[in-house]
Amino acid sequence: MAVHITLPESRKKSAVPDAPKHLVTPGDVITTDTGYMRGHGTYMDDDKLKASLAGVVERVNKLICVQPLKTRYNGEIGDVVVGRVTEVGQRRWRVDVNSRLDAVLMLSAVNLPGGELRRRSAEDELMMREYLQEGDLISAEVQAIFHDGALSLHTRSLKYGKLSQGVMVQVSPSLVKRRKTHFHNLPCGASVILGNNGYVWVSPTINDEKTESSGGYEQDLEPVPSTDREVIARLRNCILALATHKLLLYDTSVLYAYEASRQHQVKDLLQPDIAEKVADDTRQRLQMESG
Amino acid sequence: MCHKIRHPRYWLILPFKMAGLEIISDQGYRIDGRRSSELRKVCARMGVFTQADGSAYIEQGNTKALATVYGPHEVRKGRGKIQHDRAVVNCQFSMATFSTGERKSRPKGDRRSQEMSMHLRQTFEAVIVTELFPRSQIDIYVQILQADGGNYCACVNAATLAVIDAGIPMKDYVCACTAGFIQDSPLLDISYVEESAGAPFLTVAMMPKSEQIVLLEMNSRLHADNMEKVLDLATQGCKDVFAVLDRHVRDHVSESHALMTAS
Repeated sequence: MAVHITLPESRKKSAVPDAPKHLVTPGDVITTDTGYMRGHGTYMDDDKLKASLAGVVERVNKLICVQPLKTRYNGEIGDVVVGRVTEVGQRRWRVDVNSRLDAVLMLSAVNLPGGELRRRSAEDELMMREYLQEGDLISAEVQAIFHDGALSLHTRSLKYGKLSQGVMVQVSPSLVKRRKTHFHNLPCGASVILGNNGYVWVSPTINDEKTESSGGYEQDLEPVPSTDREVIARLRNCILALATHKLLLYDTSVLYAYEASRQHQVKDLLQPDIAEKVADDTRQRLQMESG
Repeated sequence: MCHKIRHPRYWLILPFKMAGLEIISDQGYRIDGRRSSELRKVCARMGVFTQADGSAYIEQGNTKALATVYGPHEVRKGRGKIQHDRAVVNCQFSMATFSTGERKSRPKGDRRSQEMSMHLRQTFEAVIVTELFPRSQIDIYVQILQADGGNYCACVNAATLAVIDAGIPMKDYVCACTAGFIQDSPLLDISYVEESAGAPFLTVAMMPKSEQIVLLEMNSRLHADNMEKVLDLATQGCKDVFAVLDRHVRDHVSESHALMTAS
């Protein structure tokens, strides 16, 4: 077995172009003007608006808030999330979505097998464990938010449901760019679900015709060919490389990273210097496209 | 005088020579070459672990502490701990077995560790804005990798950086520092040798911008006349530590922000 050993390197300070405009740390006074509304990351203390997080101050008209670098996922209605079932309860499942409280997936918010539309009965409650157990991965959409901040999910569309064969990657939620769609069928031969909560799911290309009929219940457990597996492994390493270098994740950046990584072996992408090179190439290409 | 075996990591003073040890020399220098109101060198790094929500590593002289923060997340073990209106802060303090001169047999679970864990929890419950996260839990784990005096202070400073790294709102920083009183002069930032020489010292944890003391601990006897001098020196030391930590946090945030917005 080959073991790769590297000596410790001192971290390179990347050339910082300019400091952010208004950088605050906890306890800093943002303003003493009382006309502002306080948003996330601020608190009032004796007529002074102070910051409670380390980050950049954002001002939208009269609302002042502080954006931190990384934070747990704060759900919005309509977000696509990938989560892991932690508990099977009475008429609901509890799902871990990297937020400060577990999300709730009600029994009435999932599709029944065969797509029936009827009231959930006691037999359905007893069959809950046959559908989703502790440890299963699902993709779902945020339907509502409870008053204490817990999310309520639903899998009412055929594209949501239990995820079977693939790889999950955990990144920070602030790195996933908000787009119109979070389900991407990449031309390199794999599908990617970029959950807003930072959980990313990479799987073999989803065949749209197959999912229409099963209704999200059946799992495709056919063995995945090794070419697909290699594509998935390469994508996973690319996503990790982008996340380590704090690049925003969306379909274009993931695709560019994949193309930049083709010259390296899949396992070499885990090494820090090669990952940095892939991330830099992607960043340059994105800047060229935009600028 | 006294033999000092200069190991690259820490100094080992042979016990039978301690009678001739001078904490402060005639010129006013301490054993490690500092003046009486000088802090030890502080090196800090945030974001050490990627799998934790927040993490930080700090070195104060030869004392090294590592802190990791998880949360806020759902309360896992024991539904009895859930508070309906605020988050539960759970702290655990441990010392690595190789951290002291003699190998420590019980890294955590002994009375001193439990007392330290309780002090840390009280400190951070006062500073973290827990009302924003009802029914959830915040875990803070601190480990001392090398102990050379000021263990609690290094823990508090490391945990502050880790909580900031995790994006958990706090009212202010918490910075901690020790100050002692030896040979009629107050000393700042006591090291292990000075602690074991038997001089009284106190530990102060405070919020530097609002100048409020969060925790004050003293386990020895100090004359009331000297208390004010020592306390003033300790608060000044906390503000000096804050200056170092704040500069580090600002550098870290501006660098990460530049990386994120460059794409």
